[in-house]
Amino acid sequence: MSKAAKATDVETAEVEESSSNDEIEGQREIGEAELKAIAEAMIFVADEPVSAKTIADVIKVDREAIDKVLVELVAEYDGRNGGLQLREIAAGWQIATRPEHHEQIRAYLKSRPSAKLSLASLETLAVIAYKQPVTVPEILEIRGVQSPSAIKTLLDKRLIVAKGRKETVGRPMMYGTSKEFLIQFGLKDLSELPSIEDFQDLAGGSDS
Amino acid sequence: MEDTSPNEIATPATAEVPTDAAQRISVANSKPEITPDGDTDQLKITMGDFEGPLDLLLYLIRQEQVNIYDIPIARITDEYLRYLNLMQELDLTVAGDFLVMAAQLIELKSRMLLPRDPSEVEEELLDPRAELVNRLLEHEKFKAAAEMLWSRATVERAVFKRAEIETDKNNPEVAVGLFDLLRVFQEILARQKEEILLEIEREEVSMAEMIDRLRNMVRSAGEMNLTTFFERAKSRRELVAAFLSVLELVRMSEISLVQSETFGAIMARPASPSAESA
Repeated sequence: MSKAAKATDVETAEVEESSSNDEIEGQREIGEAELKAIAEAMIFVADEPVSAKTIADVIKVDREAIDKVLVELVAEYDGRNGGLQLREIAAGWQIATRPEHHEQIRAYLKSRPSAKLSLASLETLAVIAYKQPVTVPEILEIRGVQSPSAIKTLLDKRLIVAKGRKETVGRPMMYGTSKEFLIQFGLKDLSELPSIEDFQDLAGGSDS
Repeated sequence: MEDTSPNEIATPATAEVPTDAAQRISVANSKPEITPDGDTDQLKITMGDFEGPLDLLLYLIRQEQVNIYDIPIARITDEYLRYLNLMQELDLTVAGDFLVMAAQLIELKSRMLLPRDPSEVEEELLDPRAELVNRLLEHEKFKAAAEMLWSRATVERAVFKRAEIETDKNNPEVAVGLFDLLRVFQEILARQKEEILLEIEREEVSMAEMIDRLRNMVRSAGEMNLTTFFERAKSRRELVAAFLSVLELVRMSEISLVQSETFGAIMARPASPSAESA
C-alpha cells in the first residue's frame, strides 16, 4: 500500500480498480476463453469439489456463463481422451483421473485400496441414503437386525451425519447421508441415486 | 467360527466324507455345510453370510426355489428352525433377532393351518403372509441398493484426485507474518540476555598460577601429600594443570617426590637448597 502511494501510475491503477468495484458495468470484459481458463484453474487448485456458483462469485460473472464454459470444458476433457476427467460431484466440480488407469496410478502412489465397508454397513448406508432422515428403530425395521456397529462405522467414516431428533417417543436421533457420502460414491447429489423402486423387479424376479 | 466365508464352493472331497454329521447339519441340501479342511483333520464350516433373519429367510426362499409371493410357510419355517438348531449345535450365539423371526414364522404357520372363519369380513381375508412378504421385498430392495453402492464405491476408489496443495492454511508453520517473526526473535534475544546474566565465570587457573600455588604450598608446609594437592582441583582442567605443574617443578628440580612404600602416598618436598635458591 505504501509503495502504491509513492508510484503515481500504480496509484491511478488502484483508483481504477476501486471504481470498477463500485460499478460492475465498468469492469473489464473477460473473454469466454479466459473465463474457461480461470474456471479450470480454480477447479484444479480446489481441495474439494468447487461449485459453479463459487466460481461465478469469485470471477464476478453470471452463473450461466460459468455453466456454459464448464460444459465446454467437460467436452474438451472427454474429447482429448487424456488421463484426466472434469466431473460434477457432490454439487461441485472436480478434476480427477480416469478409473481405467487406476492400477498404474495406484502403483505410482504406492497406495492400497482403502478398506471396504462391510455388507452390514453398506446395507445400513443404503437404508439411510434412501430413507433419510431415518432413525435407528426404522433402520432395524427394514434390515431386521440391529446395526449399532454399522452406524458407528458410518459415523466414523463421516458418511452419515446426525440430522436432529425425531419428535416421537424417546426422541430418537435421525441420520442422513453427508457430503462425504456423495464424494465417496461419486454422486452429483442424492437425486442421482437410482430410485429404490427400480430395485423392485430385481427383488421380485430373483427366483428363477 | 469367524471364517464363515460366503459362497464357499464345496470340494469334491465332501461326498467322500462318511460322517453323518455333515448330512445332518446341511440345510437346504447345500450351504451351509461342514467340509474337511484340506488334509488336516479340522472341519471347515461354510455358511451363508447372513446379516439377519430376513437375510436368512431370503436365502432359504432362494434355496428352495419357491415363489416369494407364495411362500410355503410350513416348509420354510422348518428349514429356518433347522438352521437355528444348526447354529446352536455349533455353539454359535443365536442373536435375539433370529429367535423373534422364528416365533413370527411359527405363528404364521399356525395361522395358515387354521381354517378361515367364513363370517370374517372381506378386508380381513388378507393373506397372513402379506406383511412378511412386504418386509422381505423391502429388505431385498435395500440389499440390491447396497450392492449398487458397493459397485459405485469400487469405481470411485479407482478415481484419484489431486493431492492436497500445501498452503499457508494447512501448514501452520509458515502461517506467520513478519511481526510474528520479530516477536519470536525478540523473545530469543531476551532469553539470551537472561542467560548471560546467569552465567558463572569459569575459574581458570593458568599453568603459571598452578606452579606458584604448588611451590608455595610445598615451601610453607615443608612436605605435602600430592593427593591433597590434586583434590584441591575444582575441574578436570585444573587437575590437568596441577599434574603438569608437579611434573614441571620436578623437572626444574624445585621439588622432589618421595614414596615411602609401594602404592603409598607420594609426598612432595622442596628439593635441595641449592635448587631452591636457583
